[in-house]
Amino acid sequence: MRKLLIIISMGAISAFFAGCNSNSGGESTAETTTETPQATTTENGNPSYDPNRGEGKFTKVELGATLDAAMATEGEKVSNVKCSSCHKLTDEKLVGPGWKGVTTRRTPEWIMNFITNTDAMLDKDPAAQAQLEICLVRMPNQSLTNDDARHLLEFMRKNDGVK
Amino acid sequence: MKKLNLKLVVCIAVFSAVSMTACRPKNVGSAVSGDAAKKTYVAPGKYDEFYNFVSGGFSGQMSVYGLPSARLLRVIPVFSVDPEKGWGYSEETKPMLNTSHGFVPWDDLHHVELSQTNGEINGKWVFGNANNTPRLARIDLRTFRTAEIIELPNSAGNHSSPFGTENSEYIVAGTRFSVPADNANGDVAISSYKQNFKGHISFVSINPENGGMNIAFQIKTPGVNFDLARCGRAKSHGWFFFSCYNTEQANTLLEVNASQKDKDFIMAVNWKKAEEYLKAGKGTKVPVKYAHNVYSDETHTATSTIKTEVTVLDASVLKDICYFIPCPKSPHGCDVDPTGEFIVGSGKLAALIPVFSFDKIQKAIADKSYDGEFEGIPVIKYESALYGEVKKPGLGPLHTEFDGKGNAYTSFFVSSEVVKWNIKDLKVVDRVPTFYSVGHLCVPGGNTRKPNPKYLIAYNKITKDRYLPTGPELAQSAQLYDISGEKMQLILDFPTIGEPHYAQALSADLITKNQVKIFKIEDNKHPYATKGEGESKVVRQGNKVHVYMTSVRSHFAPDNIEGVKMGDEVYFHVTNLEQDWDVPHGFAVKGANNAELLIMPGETQTLKWVPEKVGMFPMYCTDFCSALHQEMQGYVRVSPAGSNVPLTFHVGKTASAPEAAK
Repeated sequence: MRKLLIIISMGAISAFFAGCNSNSGGESTAETTTETPQATTTENGNPSYDPNRGEGKFTKVELGATLDAAMATEGEKVSNVKCSSCHKLTDEKLVGPGWKGVTTRRTPEWIMNFITNTDAMLDKDPAAQAQLEICLVRMPNQSLTNDDARHLLEFMRKNDGVK
Repeated sequence: MKKLNLKLVVCIAVFSAVSMTACRPKNVGSAVSGDAAKKTYVAPGKYDEFYNFVSGGFSGQMSVYGLPSARLLRVIPVFSVDPEKGWGYSEETKPMLNTSHGFVPWDDLHHVELSQTNGEINGKWVFGNANNTPRLARIDLRTFRTAEIIELPNSAGNHSSPFGTENSEYIVAGTRFSVPADNANGDVAISSYKQNFKGHISFVSINPENGGMNIAFQIKTPGVNFDLARCGRAKSHGWFFFSCYNTEQANTLLEVNASQKDKDFIMAVNWKKAEEYLKAGKGTKVPVKYAHNVYSDETHTATSTIKTEVTVLDASVLKDICYFIPCPKSPHGCDVDPTGEFIVGSGKLAALIPVFSFDKIQKAIADKSYDGEFEGIPVIKYESALYGEVKKPGLGPLHTEFDGKGNAYTSFFVSSEVVKWNIKDLKVVDRVPTFYSVGHLCVPGGNTRKPNPKYLIAYNKITKDRYLPTGPELAQSAQLYDISGEKMQLILDFPTIGEPHYAQALSADLITKNQVKIFKIEDNKHPYATKGEGESKVVRQGNKVHVYMTSVRSHFAPDNIEGVKMGDEVYFHVTNLEQDWDVPHGFAVKGANNAELLIMPGETQTLKWVPEKVGMFPMYCTDFCSALHQEMQGYVRVSPAGSNVPLTFHVGKTASAPEAAK
């Protein structure tokens, strides 16, 4: 019951933000559209939402051509504490989807925004919503730091075979 | 007041044959005006303006209400076990209820006191007292949890407690029952009260950084009954005032025998002077035994330490720390106004309210304007300490709160009313009925230098006819009054838990900004923490089986355990891996002679389970957590003692595994 209330209230909040964005017009929209021209309209009619980048604090993530092994090791430690209860490294679904291939399906920005701004993205991102319909458990906010998120991304890349 | 009663009687006599309801002027209809609902309505999604911390009386807990809505926000377990939260049932919290008498699962929480800085509420801690087995508790307002409990030696009936100084330098605890000191022979005739019974007042120091409590010293006094207390503030900072009754030193049928004298006392204590004596080594170290229990938010575990010594200052030897001020008659409340100048003594059997002047008390001491001594303590002349008396205010004055605008509000137990009076001219300004038999009052900040006088809450002893009946017992009743205008206005009734004694309230913003939402899993230093599902395991040590278990939406790891045998003690150390606000997980096992666990995000808690039958024991999560909450479950197989079932555990393995076939 408590979770249901959260879902409802998050819905209300995102609708509120959507209203703000469309009213305030230029600035936030302009910022994202210049970087990501694929910006499109979601089902709930938010014109500023970019399904490639997602929504959150990460707009541009620099990736190395090769793997940063130290970062990946840190990422694995975080994963063991906060992620591996629900995500396998294969493509098998446990509570959440398996991680295999995630870095080829999603942009680095989308991944880091999703894992740090999970509730907001579950409320508006079509891909995240499609996944929720399969898993039926909202991914919990695991209070990841920016570094945690970046390290996890590197660990996911390692999992996807980046050398 | 008498006129009012007379009118009532006449009214009843005339109209009772016609209509009962017509002649009850104190009913809801006449007491509540039309805009009351608007004044207490807090729309869904909106927050209350104040937190109200209410003592839970014989429930032993503290409840937290929002004001003005009177929504119950939380019940904080303090001195009584609470199966809802596993308080006193989990291995980590059991030490919090340890005392020199062993584990005590219940007490009687009478008063609450919010911590202060410079005479203003700072929102850090709230203190509560245990009346029966004397203790003080400190609740951390970042977590709304009891962080520390200290037992008080040489005491019985910790009633005049926990009242604090204006920088929370000390929280005091005066003994209600005088008793022989703990290290004296208590096996004496009760009739030897006057020779063998002594009062002790404890000054518990508070560490300004972390709130840590320590019994700095005790003051030994003559054997009387201490009732309530208030610290001086502003000009009277450095002094403390305690009301006491039974100066007759009776030991039986006190309702008669402790009401013999026309005046009992308020005891004024110069605690700055006491500190000097303490530093000068004038105290006596006395052997005692008391428990000091501290809960750590890092190990998520309480530790209980038994301490063995306390320093006692003898008030009959150190002449200038304690003074008695005569106060009519069987004083109960003893309240100091925001300026620190006026001390209001309320004799519960008196028909007037004496108001004492701090300046006059100081002058009386300087002039030695005494009426002799009481067991070695100087007794100041009544007239030398008195500022004036409020004449004919009502019947049975108990407690007084202040609005900082020159007004005092006193509760009248016998005449069931709150009376507002002016402190300067001692004239009654307004009076409103309560339903019924009011005890304490609360104005947010009403005991500080700067009250926030929007509301006044009355905590009543009798509820009859206010709510739907629920058998012989009714919920205790509190009533909310708007005091922002000249006239007090009753705007809401609300039920409370236990018997609420005192309560305090503060502006919500002092608390909300500091709330702990999760415990960081990285900072979890519990010795049996499981940081990540990969670390979950089951370890046997002799007949002890330690389960390192994790919980996350929506499963436990491990969720299948076999190889537990009869005679084993099983410890489920459950770590909640969530790092999201408001996502506790619960844990319960069939047949456990214990409670559940309720584990906060990032926390580890332990349930001890001693199986009493061979068989299959399901376990499950008790706090709804996700769409798959019902699936958050598992099994423990219990085999006979001496069986050769190997200890195994897993999560996610299917039933086709070969060992599962056995």
